[in-house]
Amino acid sequence: MTTTATPPETPIVKDQKRSRLPKSARAGGTLHGGPLAYVILTVFTLVSLFPLVWTAIAASRDNQRLAENPPPLWFGSNLFKNLEIAWKDANLGEAFLNTTIVAGISAVTIVVLSTIAGFAFAKLRFKGRNALMLLVIGTMMVPPQLSIIPLYMMVAKLDWTDQLQAVIFPSLVSAFGVFFMRQYLLQALPDEVIEAARVDGASSWRVVWHVVFPAARPAMAVLGMLMFVQAWNDFLWPFLVLTQTGNPTVQVAVAGLGRGYTPDQSLIMAGALLGTLPLLLVFAIFGKQIVGGIMQGAVKG
Amino acid sequence: MATRSDIAASPVKGGAAPGRTPGSRSADKDDRRRSKLSRRWQRDARWSPYAFVSPFFLLFAAFGLFPLIYTGWASLHQVELTAPTDMNWVGLKNYTRIFDDDFFWNAAQNTLTIGIISTVPQLMIAMGIAHILNYKLRASTFWRVAMLAPYATSIAAATLVFVLLFGRDYGMINWALGAVGIDPVGWQDDKWPGQIAVSTIIIWRWTGYNALIYLAAMQAIPQDLYESAALDGASRWRQFLHVTLPSLRPTILFTVVVSTIGASQVFGEPLLFDPNKGASGGAEHQFQTLGLYLYEQGWVNQHLGRASAIAWTMFAILIVIGLINQLISRRLRASS
Repeated sequence: MTTTATPPETPIVKDQKRSRLPKSARAGGTLHGGPLAYVILTVFTLVSLFPLVWTAIAASRDNQRLAENPPPLWFGSNLFKNLEIAWKDANLGEAFLNTTIVAGISAVTIVVLSTIAGFAFAKLRFKGRNALMLLVIGTMMVPPQLSIIPLYMMVAKLDWTDQLQAVIFPSLVSAFGVFFMRQYLLQALPDEVIEAARVDGASSWRVVWHVVFPAARPAMAVLGMLMFVQAWNDFLWPFLVLTQTGNPTVQVAVAGLGRGYTPDQSLIMAGALLGTLPLLLVFAIFGKQIVGGIMQGAVKG
Repeated sequence: MATRSDIAASPVKGGAAPGRTPGSRSADKDDRRRSKLSRRWQRDARWSPYAFVSPFFLLFAAFGLFPLIYTGWASLHQVELTAPTDMNWVGLKNYTRIFDDDFFWNAAQNTLTIGIISTVPQLMIAMGIAHILNYKLRASTFWRVAMLAPYATSIAAATLVFVLLFGRDYGMINWALGAVGIDPVGWQDDKWPGQIAVSTIIIWRWTGYNALIYLAAMQAIPQDLYESAALDGASRWRQFLHVTLPSLRPTILFTVVVSTIGASQVFGEPLLFDPNKGASGGAEHQFQTLGLYLYEQGWVNQHLGRASAIAWTMFAILIVIGLINQLISRRLRASS
């Protein structure tokens, strides 16, 4: 944010070889952004961050203050009190534990299964490979929401309502994960390395363990974070099979706060803030890696 | 399947010991041992790929494909939420019921309009932001991470905040509008304001993410394309139009498809934006989407069979969208 204070007046780097090209030729990553670029980015960033900051502002006030004009623009003194009440009211302690379990199991399973499947699709030859890969890509396009009714019947039949396994099992599979790992391993794992291991007599599983997993580690970490975020924020399915009093996830608990009969808006905001903070923290720490992962997953090969 | 021998051509090209044909007729003990090993090696090479992809496909079959198909079967039955395992055959009655329901058509229309209002500006803003991010910038990582913060925010948390921001009497947005002399807007009460508000939440959450996807594609454009365009005297704006946009066509199509699928599934935002805390998407169903309508039929009105019919109708719509996408991308490929 401090960048706007000193919009860097950009002297175009004098590049001998390129100096004969018109200035406009240096687009696409080599041209410095002018002041306008920083202004636009700052506005966009403020819009992106404002609702989050305002969540904290509203959570630090009381209900009465939120029913006055103009709306508060700075912090009040009730933040910790509200956080504490919301924590208790929404059963957030249990919700955090539950969501960590669900998102953790989901992320680890997806990462492991996607890595070995992605390895097979990227580096091994087998009959039906292309057809199966097309199937994977096709399933990426089918939203899980269309499958919820039979899943709900299954859960009812197994008597899994209000139990975490009802949320865990359907979350163990991600076509995106397979696609993502395949793209990564295609370019990150040289064929020669696999060949060398095989010449040494390593079985396929040994190759996976000693060659593929080490080579895939950066992508596995990114995929794990993306899947953790997705599972953490998943709403519809947990909302259907879990209740506020029966093993809620964070989203169920937060939505329950909003849909409950608590008229206190500052408490609702405190709950929303608590539910969001862990992921914001993850993004603050691993933001660079997550950005890289999203951009890497976007380039199709 | 077993007759194909192209597997032998796979990992080992160098032709070390295991590559030798297993039937070598030497009586040598050592050789036989080696051929046994080699057979095991070949079996491993032949079947391990299937072992590697099977966990994914088994889980997908159990929790993705089977439920999707079974939804179609359930849509031909009367199924009550209270007894989800009792199914009575009713043929196509669920479909005629929903097609006769005005609220279905209302929800379909709302899904379409919310889809357009949320997707078009979202992708256009994302394109502009990506273009700016593609310059050499100070603190480039900071900008990229900051615009992902909404993506880290859940639908539930984001919607609850926007409910307050869009509040009619004390909301920040109406207050700001009032400052420039515009009367308070009933974001939660009226049709178009409601749909714009719901779309705003979607735009807010997804624009930064899509900007990163465009940025990734822009960085893959070869630099010399710009240079030769510049030598031809093309301005920066013309370069954007004639170099950047055409190169991004596959990516644009990809994001359009993904956003369209996402838009067809919108559920949490209109659910939590409803001031009456129901599932009707506002008192007059003014921002009820198909996803929300499905939920209302299945879990509020307790007709899982009817909800299944809605799900399959949505599935059919998505297949049509997929086919159109195929058609367009084939034409794109042919033209380039």
